[in-house]
Amino acid sequence: MAAAARLVLRTASGAKVLRAGLGWLGAPIRVPHAAAHFTFHPDPVPTRHGPTQKMNLFQSITSALDNTLSSDPTAVIFGEDVAFGGVFRCTVGLRDKYGKDRVFNTPLCEQGIVGFGIGVAVAGATAIAEIQFADYIFPAFDQIVNEAAKYRYRSGNMFDCGNLTIRAPWGCVGHGSLYHSQSPEAFFAHCPGIKVVIPRSPVQAKGLLLSCIADKNPCIFFEPKILYRAAVEQVPTEPYLIPLSQAEVLQEGSDVTLVAWGTQVHVMKEVAAMAQEKLGVSCEVIDLQTILPWDTETVCKEECFLNLEAPIARVCGYDTPFPHIFEPFYIPDKWKCFDAVKRMINY
Amino acid sequence: MAALRGLYRTGLGALCRRKGYQGFGLSKEMVLNCYKKMTLLNTMDRILYESQRQGRISFYMTNYGEEGTHVGSAAALEPNDIIFGQYREAGVLMYRGFPLDLFMAQCYANADDLGKGRQMPVHYGSKDLNFVTISSPLATQIPQAAGAAYAVKRENSNRVVICFFGEGAASEGDAHAGFNFSATLECPIIFFCRNNGYAISTPTNEQYRGDGIAARGPGYGMMSIRVDGNDVFAVYNATKEARRRAIAENQPFLIEAMTYRIGHHSTSDDSSAYRSVDEVNYWDKQDHPISRLRHYMTARGWWGEEEEKTWRKQSRKHVMEAFERAEKRHKPRLDLLFSDVYQEMTPNIEKQKEAMWNHLKHYKEQYPLDLYDK
Repeated sequence: MAAAARLVLRTASGAKVLRAGLGWLGAPIRVPHAAAHFTFHPDPVPTRHGPTQKMNLFQSITSALDNTLSSDPTAVIFGEDVAFGGVFRCTVGLRDKYGKDRVFNTPLCEQGIVGFGIGVAVAGATAIAEIQFADYIFPAFDQIVNEAAKYRYRSGNMFDCGNLTIRAPWGCVGHGSLYHSQSPEAFFAHCPGIKVVIPRSPVQAKGLLLSCIADKNPCIFFEPKILYRAAVEQVPTEPYLIPLSQAEVLQEGSDVTLVAWGTQVHVMKEVAAMAQEKLGVSCEVIDLQTILPWDTETVCKEECFLNLEAPIARVCGYDTPFPHIFEPFYIPDKWKCFDAVKRMINY
Repeated sequence: MAALRGLYRTGLGALCRRKGYQGFGLSKEMVLNCYKKMTLLNTMDRILYESQRQGRISFYMTNYGEEGTHVGSAAALEPNDIIFGQYREAGVLMYRGFPLDLFMAQCYANADDLGKGRQMPVHYGSKDLNFVTISSPLATQIPQAAGAAYAVKRENSNRVVICFFGEGAASEGDAHAGFNFSATLECPIIFFCRNNGYAISTPTNEQYRGDGIAARGPGYGMMSIRVDGNDVFAVYNATKEARRRAIAENQPFLIEAMTYRIGHHSTSDDSSAYRSVDEVNYWDKQDHPISRLRHYMTARGWWGEEEEKTWRKQSRKHVMEAFERAEKRHKPRLDLLFSDVYQEMTPNIEKQKEAMWNHLKHYKEQYPLDLYDK
């Protein structure tokens, strides 16, 4: 409608009317896009890994990649648009610094990106493949599940693609809708042979990504895109590793355990505070970090089933595709999580 | 539709008996080796196919009619060139020196299998011989081979990667991905398509409507050639030249080798359901890579009835001996069900292994434990 209106204005009286803009349409109806549904909680400044620098999430990724390209001459980074710096700026500066044979664009083809990455890894080089959005990982599902995950096992350990890491922006961002918001880790969570890792913050992201790259198994590293700019911390400039498959207890508690990963960790921290303040309930908050293989030891002991005083509650998006305008109602926000705690206490 | 001009062939065959056929300066030793590998493969195929029919192994795929594509290409490579295959390239592995015992071990999934008994028969692999283990999903190896070639290029190691697939697998998206990546990323790779006329029951006119696979190459900016796959020398020459140029120029080459799948797709297939006996007989009798090479060897005076008789007996004996050894060998120990999922053993898998052993303590009569190594 706006385009047609613009045409009419042009032929009638040209530029003058155009300069007046679209004010003739009346005041815009502002759809209340939610302010972010979480508050980012930075961790205390790390002291064990040397000097730190203020970085947001995408910068902490760049730092990890920079460290890797510097120390590992076989390492290459590839995917759609990584050469100019990437659509989320995670690879800015790396091509200039390390060369076009090491940081390069591929054709637009996820099955090719992952298949190619497997081959690079099988030949003994370190392969870091970027999928532009986790929502687009599905063409590569066959290569990931049928090939990468099974390479070592099916070959009797003669061959493997442990040098492969796949990175992808992940999760809701406020306006991403069906195809720029997905969290597809569940599709990979039951695929033996790969590892799936999701960080909650810049410091975690760099350490976990470096661990994925160092790990001798193919890893998928999902990066919460809503945190790329919003999450800022002091991050060590030198490389450091955060171990995989070790969940982190962020806050001790005695009544209810809250388990989350990625952006949702920050929601849960707030839920824990609300539960304490409004209900007098003491919550334990656990960041799972590695989805596969996950840390069953920390999260639940096999005997815990008999010790639970209420059924486990899962608070998730609804069983619909990720909607656009309905996102504020779709996501498992702090009020839904708080309410789940409340109902659990009263079970 | 403009057809690709010509089919590269050297005229290897009955015409060799006429004076004037130039061999390609390949030594007698090399030619005899090619012949022996092709026929040894043929013999092994007959025996293993039969062994499936008798219930000794679960599954098998023969290579009848395509031996020339295997041996011609393998002979043109260097030992440290990396091979990615599909499933009908056993002759490539045989040419490289993979022993009969290990072919059998994989098919029998016994304790000598390098793959530790995890895959169906004919899913061979050999790290020592640079033959990447086969997987069942088709065409997945194509973009992988491009990636391996890229890594090899960065190493400056004077190696090429060769990637085999059938004309059916070439329809997969992964094939398109692999071709496009190899061209844009300038990879030293040979794509070798065995166009053998059928993908199980699907003939080529139901697989594609264009001019085969070679004609797709130029669409990707890739140099391509179509060769007579049953002419071992043609396959050899094309592969040799492709190898030289791929390494020198860092670009991919596509070879489409026209051949014919004389056997069934596998032991689960009966191809009389979709093609005539006459058609199969034509290729078996009139255009077979083994007999065409034998014509040349006979014309050169390098081979005759005596040599043929002796070799047939000898090769059959070797195959039967390996077969008998494989039959007797135990299956791999049960712990190997659980290892190599990850590089390291993870707690949950360790727990499941313990649970299995516990289960066996109480239910061992229900399981064929005697067949397995302790």
